[in-house]
Amino acid sequence: MKKFKNLKGLVAPMDQSNVDTDQIIPKQFLKSIKRSGFGPNLFDAWRYLDEGEPGMDNSTRPLNPDFVLNKAEFKGVSILLARRNFGCGSSREHAPWALEDFGFRALIAPSYADIFYNNCFKNGILPVILDENIVDRLFSEQSQTVGYSLEIDLENQIVKTPAGEQLPFEVDEFRKHCLLNGLDDIGLTLQDESAIKEYEQQRIKEKSWLFTEMKA
Amino acid sequence: MAQTLYDKLWQDHLVQEREDGSALIYIDRHIIHEVTSPQAFEGLRMAGRKPWRISANIATPDHNVPTTERSAGVDSIVDPVSRLQVQTLDQNCDDFGILEFKMNDPRQGIVHVISPEQGTTLPGMTIVCGDSHTSTHGAFAALAQGIGTSEVEHVLATQCLIQRKMKNMQIRIEGTLQKGVSAKDIVLAIIGKIGTAGGTGFAIEFAGSAIRELSMEGRMTICNMAIEAGARTGLVAVDDTTINYVKGRPFAPTGELWEQAESNWRQLVSDEGAFFDEIVEIPAESIAPQVSWGVSPEMVLPVDAQLPDPAQQSDSVVAEGYKRAMEYMDFKPGMKITDIQLDRVFIGSCTNSRIEDLRAAATVVRGKQVNKTIKQALIVPGSGLVKKQAEQEGLDQIFMDAGFEWRNPGCSMCLAMNADRLGEGEHCASTSNRNFEGRQGHGGRTHLVGPEMAAAAAIEGHFVDVRDWS
Ligand code: SF4
Repeated sequence: MKKFKNLKGLVAPMDQSNVDTDQIIPKQFLKSIKRSGFGPNLFDAWRYLDEGEPGMDNSTRPLNPDFVLNKAEFKGVSILLARRNFGCGSSREHAPWALEDFGFRALIAPSYADIFYNNCFKNGILPVILDENIVDRLFSEQSQTVGYSLEIDLENQIVKTPAGEQLPFEVDEFRKHCLLNGLDDIGLTLQDESAIKEYEQQRIKEKSWLFTEMKA
Repeated sequence: MAQTLYDKLWQDHLVQEREDGSALIYIDRHIIHEVTSPQAFEGLRMAGRKPWRISANIATPDHNVPTTERSAGVDSIVDPVSRLQVQTLDQNCDDFGILEFKMNDPRQGIVHVISPEQGTTLPGMTIVCGDSHTSTHGAFAALAQGIGTSEVEHVLATQCLIQRKMKNMQIRIEGTLQKGVSAKDIVLAIIGKIGTAGGTGFAIEFAGSAIRELSMEGRMTICNMAIEAGARTGLVAVDDTTINYVKGRPFAPTGELWEQAESNWRQLVSDEGAFFDEIVEIPAESIAPQVSWGVSPEMVLPVDAQLPDPAQQSDSVVAEGYKRAMEYMDFKPGMKITDIQLDRVFIGSCTNSRIEDLRAAATVVRGKQVNKTIKQALIVPGSGLVKKQAEQEGLDQIFMDAGFEWRNPGCSMCLAMNADRLGEGEHCASTSNRNFEGRQGHGGRTHLVGPEMAAAAAIEGHFVDVRDWS
């Protein structure tokens, strides 16, 4: 996983609540057995005027000129400013894979759906939570400034605005630690292998009905 | 101290609590399907790791499988990309010795239908699957939740999940349901009330006399959509209904082990006086048959209502959402729900494809005909065993006589990863769980309803109030 420390990046606005993972990456692209290559199909149904299918040459497809990420001013964008309950719906990790592949490293919203929020951290994306009124204000600042950028300092848990304002945010210590160091949490969990084994042995003794053999 | 059902389940699975508040939770059961697992198996191999406990896993392909003739098994899948994904699941399960119900196994079906059916879903378990509707299994008082692919790999490798404890919410439905109102209507009414983010960060326990009156199928329908209310997990306490359903299932314990298990399971209820961070109450009598009209499950109304006016909404974010939804659905404010004309009808999905759902729909359509304006009306049983049971009861004949298509089990038009899908602009009465833009096909328009409502809509060509329709 990529490390995340400081990010200064261009901000794109997605001014709509309840953006679901079916929109972030439509189901037809979930047929892939790979983890990469989803970027060109991020927000596929909103981004292109035709119906996308896996295997298409996306560079020749007709773009929707009204869709925010198609506008020239957002080329190179790395921060998505969003509304409440972003990432709701399906648990598909293809959603953060697509966001990351497109170039997003951080999101800012008043709230996220649980599973999506969790999935972001596993893929080096920082989902920042700020109060709804602050997010509102960032939307309005963004709409008035071409090339609007924000700086995110994970170590100190601060978002800095171009005017120099510092907006603090909360993040779980463990997740922060993994993100700052680019750690794979399977390795970390396996450091506690003996604790898991001990728990398991006890459980087999007390609740052996949970350990029915099930093999192919 | 008095504990909630969720507190008890959490406590029982705690391997380790860390100083920072996160915890390692032991996972009893892991269910696997073809879409969210290939990258996890690949990760496992690349790191030179093996599954921690083979017997914890059970797999089946469901999302990509065709529901039409498919006796050739995986070779019946025409789309090469879909075929490869199912083949990859088969290969991974074969390589590691994981129990899988392959495409031509009679036990194959939607993950959330087959596991309860087989008794691999048991009360008191922690259950995960790379699928958000894993909340379904909470109907058995199991701590069941959807996870992402990285977590699938984590569970395969360590038999654990890293989590923080959630808050407790209780949703009480007391009283008696009106005739014609189903479990689906209860859960849609709940989502209409608390919104799609209302349960975020909570484990929701569904309680009250109307919930206790429900069959296991009905309880699964409700827990299934806990995720649409924002909660990763939904729960119902154990009672005789739970015990009777589990008894005799292929992988359920027997003999002395059953006795031990049952006495343990009987304790899986919230204690008297246990603390809930939030309590929501809805009188059962107040719930009418529900129909979703927009592009989020919270955009739902009683069947006798009219569409809202975005301009009348006080919250600007909500107003904007309604406006977009009206445009996408091609609706005008004030339109009556019963005036919505339909193109297709889909009865299936992990929400409503169990035997009881099919019986309910068959009762409505018996001796009637699907309306001429309906292009297609599909019945997709949730599993091979549900299909067989329905055929033994003659339900297939009732449906086919009425003009429905009787299909093979799978996710089908719930998310349209196979060939079953809506055309651009088409309206569908669907017993599934998500009405997001394009969910059932590019440009398609979904209306979430219960099985009786979908069946009656197929006959009339538009929504009708099943309470006063026959
Ligand atoms: S039926 Fe629909 S919601 Fe259920 S598992 Fe399949 S795709 Fe997901």
